[in-house]
Amino acid sequence: MHYKAFDNIDEKKFSFVKKARYFFIFSIIITVLGIVTLGVFGLNYGVDFKAGSNVDISFKKDVSSQKAALETYLKDNGFGTPGMTFGAKRVTLRFDDVLTDTKEKALKQGIAEKFDKDASMEVNTVDVEIAKELQGNALKAVLIASIGIAIYVSIRFEWRFAVAAIVKLLHDAFIVISLFSIFRLEVNLPFIVAVLTIIGYSINDTVVIFDRIRENLRFAKLKTTEDIARVVDSSIWQTMSRSINTVMTVLFATVCLLVFGSESIRLFSIAILIGLVFGVYSSVFIASPLWLLLKSKQKPKTNVKSSAAS
Amino acid sequence: MNRRLLTFILIIVVSLGVVGGLSKWVVDDVKLGLDLKGGFEILYEAEPIEAGGKITKESLTETAKSLEARANATGVAEPEVTTEGANRIRVKIAGVTDEAKVRDVLKKPAELTFRSARGCAADAGYCKVELRGSDFTQNGADVRQTNLNEYEITIKMKSASKFAEITREVAKLSTSGTNQLAIYLDDRMLSAPNVSSEINSTDASITGNFARAEAYDLKDTINLGALPLKLTEKYTQSVGATLGKKSLDETVEAGAIATVIILLFMMFFYRLPGIIASISIIVYIWLLLLGFNLIHATLTLPGIAAFILGIGMAVDANIIMAERIREELRSGKSILSSQKSGSKHSFRTIIDSHVTTAIAGLVLFFIGVGSVKGFAVILLLSIILSVLTNVFFSRALLTLLVRSGIVKKKSNFGVKESEVRAL
Repeated sequence: MHYKAFDNIDEKKFSFVKKARYFFIFSIIITVLGIVTLGVFGLNYGVDFKAGSNVDISFKKDVSSQKAALETYLKDNGFGTPGMTFGAKRVTLRFDDVLTDTKEKALKQGIAEKFDKDASMEVNTVDVEIAKELQGNALKAVLIASIGIAIYVSIRFEWRFAVAAIVKLLHDAFIVISLFSIFRLEVNLPFIVAVLTIIGYSINDTVVIFDRIRENLRFAKLKTTEDIARVVDSSIWQTMSRSINTVMTVLFATVCLLVFGSESIRLFSIAILIGLVFGVYSSVFIASPLWLLLKSKQKPKTNVKSSAAS
Repeated sequence: MNRRLLTFILIIVVSLGVVGGLSKWVVDDVKLGLDLKGGFEILYEAEPIEAGGKITKESLTETAKSLEARANATGVAEPEVTTEGANRIRVKIAGVTDEAKVRDVLKKPAELTFRSARGCAADAGYCKVELRGSDFTQNGADVRQTNLNEYEITIKMKSASKFAEITREVAKLSTSGTNQLAIYLDDRMLSAPNVSSEINSTDASITGNFARAEAYDLKDTINLGALPLKLTEKYTQSVGATLGKKSLDETVEAGAIATVIILLFMMFFYRLPGIIASISIIVYIWLLLLGFNLIHATLTLPGIAAFILGIGMAVDANIIMAERIREELRSGKSILSSQKSGSKHSFRTIIDSHVTTAIAGLVLFFIGVGSVKGFAVILLLSIILSVLTNVFFSRALLTLLVRSGIVKKKSNFGVKESEVRAL
């Protein structure tokens, strides 16, 4: 797709740099909000991070009329009253106690005999320790990866780009985590993978714009910070078609996963979706202006303050 | 017809032919994870059987091997048993029909012990455990037919001197009539032969009027039973086969729809480069599946998701190049030079963005465990293949086509003549 308005850079055009302040504020607000909700409510951990077992039952026939029967069955057979999500052909049970082997077997048999002999189940039991460990491991990996990326970007570009890229990357990952906390969406092991995917995209996205800034800097006559600011703006505009088209194709993929994909990866898709939207937002509105902010501090010439902050 | 155009057509026909012709073979070969096929996964944490004992790398590997042997003994296909960290073992078994039975076999501790009444109270029976699972040789049990046509089970021990010492001590108990070395499987006593003198040997046998089948069963249990470490389940996932199949179908359908939409989008907005991008993306998907098979990766649900998103990254590489060429065209350059400088400039961008993502992938691969590592493998594989197909292959095709001279209109790149500025 070609967006005509993106071509010629003139004064009338939207300046990302001049409006950067508002986006910085917006991002800071979301981040603070995220820190607060995370601090107060934490994440809504799913079975992977809590003791207990999760049972997903997929029925061949419609069992929506048998909800009460299922509840009674569970109660009468020593399964207690697990949390239940009831769909026409899909029921999710959530046990606070770990379902032992024998009980799991009994449940499978019971469901097959009493309700639907073709029922198919997924049973998950995770030791909290393992999930926490995986989470810690992923966190460690993200931090080390950030350092690695910072080094590469510093070598290929300069350290300011690296700082901006890392801030953006952590911003994107954190926003997804915050939104999952705010909306109380369930966090399970695939969520970790989703956050990693977002980070991958996030870097990819930023580097493309940075690359253009670097290229444009080479040919531009730079006297004042405003000159650099203009280069940043025009670089963002020049890569805008690409930014939009790429995020659109990936969005197609994610929305397809969300709509047609299996229930098991629904939350995974939602996480990716949020990450993509915020990823492209922060590539355009946060990363490059942030670089400019850092860069302008380097050359304390006239007008530095006003152009960097306004 | 000129040679470049011919080469171009030939490459497309051959690559699409290979993809089309061999896709069934490639797809059939993809190893599905248990969440797509049904099956179960258990993560065990190992503890030393004796308090204060240590877990060594050897004992962990040995335990893993023994678990694999147990799983194999139940007849399941390709159990996947791997050790993780210092004290974990992960068992993955896909496509099991009788899951309960396999799990039982895996779990059953079935520890063989030799016990004596040394130092026990008079009515405590054989309270002292003299030898345990880890003292016996792995798979050392066998069935032998005696002269009397009875079946007995022979066991091999690791240390003759230890056995000698024990038998010497036990033999001393003959005064009280408790000089037996009882053989227990878990808490079941199999036999309690008398020990009259020191036996300096690594061989011992269990007699006890076994029927033939009984003897062989026992032999198997003992062989499978000598697990050097105690295992506790830390994580289990079990997926019914129908549910797995449903997840697979739904996710593959989602992927197919997404791919079709993306390809149509590319062709509609980028015209010629879009068509070439579509061909590259198809080749890329095919290679990704092939690469999957070659490194024996297992496709899981998050794997498919990463796969579909990998396609997004592949599309990006094509979009970057096509956009760049369009920019050059709009600046008034000829098609030939736009294509040349557009590919050159976009190449650096694409490589930079791929390398940064690859760094993240490498770190995740080396540090990550479990699903994080699996994700990293797919990520790295898709980056490498993306560079090959969406950068080199795409570029070569476009270069050939442009140089052949049949592309005369800028509109073939989705650029309107009105947008072109004078140089």
